[in-house]
Amino acid sequence: MFDAVLLVMLIMLAISILVGLYRAIQGPSMADRVIALDLIGIMMIALIGVVSIYLETQAFLEAILVLGILAFIGTVAFARFIERGAVIERKRD
Amino acid sequence: MSWLHIFILLPFLFAVIIPVLYKKFPKIHTGWFVLAAPAGIFAYLLSYIPMVAGGETTMYSLPWIPSLDIHFSLYVDGLGLIFALLITGIGSLVVFYSIYYLSKVREALHNFYVYLMMFMGAMLGLVLSDNLIVLYLFWELTSISSFLLIAYWYARRQSRYGAQKSMLITVFGGFAMLAAIIMFYIMGNTFSIRELLSQADQLVQHDLFIATMILLLLGAFTKSAQFPFHIWLPDAMEAPTPVSAYLHSATMVKAGIYLVARFTPIFGGTMEWFWIVTAVGLITLFWGSLLAVKQRDLKALLAFSTISQLGLIMSLLGMGSAALYYGGGETSQLHSAAILAAVFHLVNHSTFKGSLFMVVGIVDHETGTRDLRKLGGLMSIMPITFTIAIIGSLSMAGLPPFNGFLSKELFFTGTLNAASLDIFNMETYGALIPIVAWVASVFTFVYSLILVFKTFLGKFQPERLEKEAHEAPWGMLLPPLVLSVLVIGIFFVPNVLADYALEPMMASILPPLEGQFDIYIEAWHGFVPELFMTIGIVVIGLLLYLTLKKWLWLYNNMPRAMTITNAYNSGLKRMESGSRKITDLHMTGFVRDYLRYIFVLLIMIVGASLFLLDGFSFEVSNVAPINLYEMILAAVLVGAAAMVVLTRSRLTAVIGVGVLGYIVALFFVVLRAPDLALTQLAIETVSVALYLLCFYHLPRLRQRDEGDGLNVMNLVIALAVGTLVTLIALSANGHRMFPAISDFYEGGYELAGASNMVNAILADFRAFDTLLEIFVLAIAGLGVYSLIKLRLARRASDENQ
Repeated sequence: MFDAVLLVMLIMLAISILVGLYRAIQGPSMADRVIALDLIGIMMIALIGVVSIYLETQAFLEAILVLGILAFIGTVAFARFIERGAVIERKRD
Repeated sequence: MSWLHIFILLPFLFAVIIPVLYKKFPKIHTGWFVLAAPAGIFAYLLSYIPMVAGGETTMYSLPWIPSLDIHFSLYVDGLGLIFALLITGIGSLVVFYSIYYLSKVREALHNFYVYLMMFMGAMLGLVLSDNLIVLYLFWELTSISSFLLIAYWYARRQSRYGAQKSMLITVFGGFAMLAAIIMFYIMGNTFSIRELLSQADQLVQHDLFIATMILLLLGAFTKSAQFPFHIWLPDAMEAPTPVSAYLHSATMVKAGIYLVARFTPIFGGTMEWFWIVTAVGLITLFWGSLLAVKQRDLKALLAFSTISQLGLIMSLLGMGSAALYYGGGETSQLHSAAILAAVFHLVNHSTFKGSLFMVVGIVDHETGTRDLRKLGGLMSIMPITFTIAIIGSLSMAGLPPFNGFLSKELFFTGTLNAASLDIFNMETYGALIPIVAWVASVFTFVYSLILVFKTFLGKFQPERLEKEAHEAPWGMLLPPLVLSVLVIGIFFVPNVLADYALEPMMASILPPLEGQFDIYIEAWHGFVPELFMTIGIVVIGLLLYLTLKKWLWLYNNMPRAMTITNAYNSGLKRMESGSRKITDLHMTGFVRDYLRYIFVLLIMIVGASLFLLDGFSFEVSNVAPINLYEMILAAVLVGAAAMVVLTRSRLTAVIGVGVLGYIVALFFVVLRAPDLALTQLAIETVSVALYLLCFYHLPRLRQRDEGDGLNVMNLVIALAVGTLVTLIALSANGHRMFPAISDFYEGGYELAGASNMVNAILADFRAFDTLLEIFVLAIAGLGVYSLIKLRLARRASDENQ
């Protein structure tokens, strides 16, 4: 029973990633696509969590943490790129 | 290491010390030092004559690379010894002649004598070597030293052209010969000529027999300037005259003759050998004598005459090989006359052709020209030179009382015998042989007369000569005089030569008939057909010579495009332009083209081999079940990939790549690989950030955001590669032949104290890979750093300027 619930959750999360991908492809503006990527990242965090419960393991908890950080950094990097054209600016002297 | 080895290697030793002597004793002509080498070896080799004349042979072996069956073994028999004596004897005379011919002041003598000694040593090694690989080594060394000698005056364009041409042609033949040598090893399992000769019976039945024969003959024909490979010899006349006299008349061009004679015991007696050698020899004889008549340059005339005479010797070797067909008895004896003629003429030709070249050198040296149109009337000015020239020419023409007469008579005997053969389809074409030989001899007679009479008789034209003509110094006259004395001497006492030299040579060429030769050479043997043929030659030849002006124009009508030299030149040119075209066609400079070649080849080779070897097989019995969410994730993967390929904006493609990488990380999670998932996530983020970094630096003007247009060929190749890789992966899954070794790593805790198996493998079981991966990252980091720094430094220096 519990496994069935987990499976349903996994399928729903996978579908939401698919929907996120649709937005990433379709998204009229670049910001739409970046948000979609961020969304996919968050969905992946949830999916990894569910998979961890499903597989009854703690091995993937670091992956969740890392993904949380990376998704944030990635979004910021994209945001900077869209805003200023460069991710890392050179020192002005 | 025997004394003979030391003497063979002596010229190479001299080649090393000559430059030192040249520098140390600038006042003495270097040639005087050099003279010691050939003279000493000649004297030493003479001591072998009694032994060889007694029908004995010796063998000296010196292991060189024993594991490969390569020994520096020297085998002294009649054939090798007489060749070696010719090489050193004429070598001594040529060195002596060159002392007077080459100026001490103007010429780079050390170069000249180093090359000459290299050549002499190589030639000696060639004729005495019993090991085929060593023989080949010396063979190529003669090609190289000949190349160096022809281009001795390397500042001249014609010298370089001649050297290149002779190199290309003789090395081509040399390679063919190497192939033949390897085939010999396959057939007989030995490189030793003597052992091969003892296996001659089995070799005939081998499948490679004919191929070996043809390749070996290619080597022999190119070296001995046989038709159609004769074209290098006239161009080799750009060499200094002593070189022409030595290499291109007496020694190197006879290396091919030596080879044919040496292998006659193996190949002789077969129809192919008989016909190829005889026919090529006769064509060369005919063609060479025909072309010699039209030459206006004395050396070119002698070059074609050499070609023609070499063809004569070659054809005699071919005709004489029939003797082996009968394997003994009277018929064999009859046909062995041709071999006798061949070896006899070989010796004779070396004597008179050497002296003729030296005469031409004297004329050139003392008048400044070799052009027949400028020469004439030198008889009273250079009486001794004239005498030598007339002796050499009449011997070449085949008149008594000179040695050429004897060998020419024997030649006719050989051709008549060959014509009467009733084997090898001789009934049909046999009658042609004496006719062709006779016509060629008529032309030989004509050009011999041209050589003497156009140079020394007629009107003296001092105003057309570059120097004031006068007789040569004695030092220059002495070597040709010695040779002329030999020319006459051999005529009067041919049987001394026959007993001591020719019989042992024949014994080497026709071993089954040893001891049964009927060799008694006599100048007069009654009113036989040979004599009438000679009389015919003299009569017709004289008539032709007197009417020379009336028919010589015929030669001018021969189109230039028809000549073989023209074919060689345009062939070279076409080869160059053709290979350039091929290179330009496929080396476009575009990476996308090269990738296309790589992928297409991959599809063709891997796909075709899998298809032909029946490698595709799909096994589904041990496949894990697939969940719905995994299918959806796979759909996302495909969608992201499609987004990367189809998008029209670079930024979208980068986002697509990011999605792709994340989903792959997710698959690592689902397939229970936490370490991989972690690493994949980090790396994917970093690389996406790097892509973004790069985009900022793309040049504005050439930025193309519209994406690439659809290329049907690329699409097909991409689809094919994808399909192929998928099929291979599926097939590989179906072809699990043995269980994985991963069970071993399950004991990771006991073996390495690690509960994380992946990390235990990375850092313990297979840590070497990790070490090198760290190196890769370090190199990549340093590479990026130095690339950026260098670029910045260059930019800074540009700004300073």
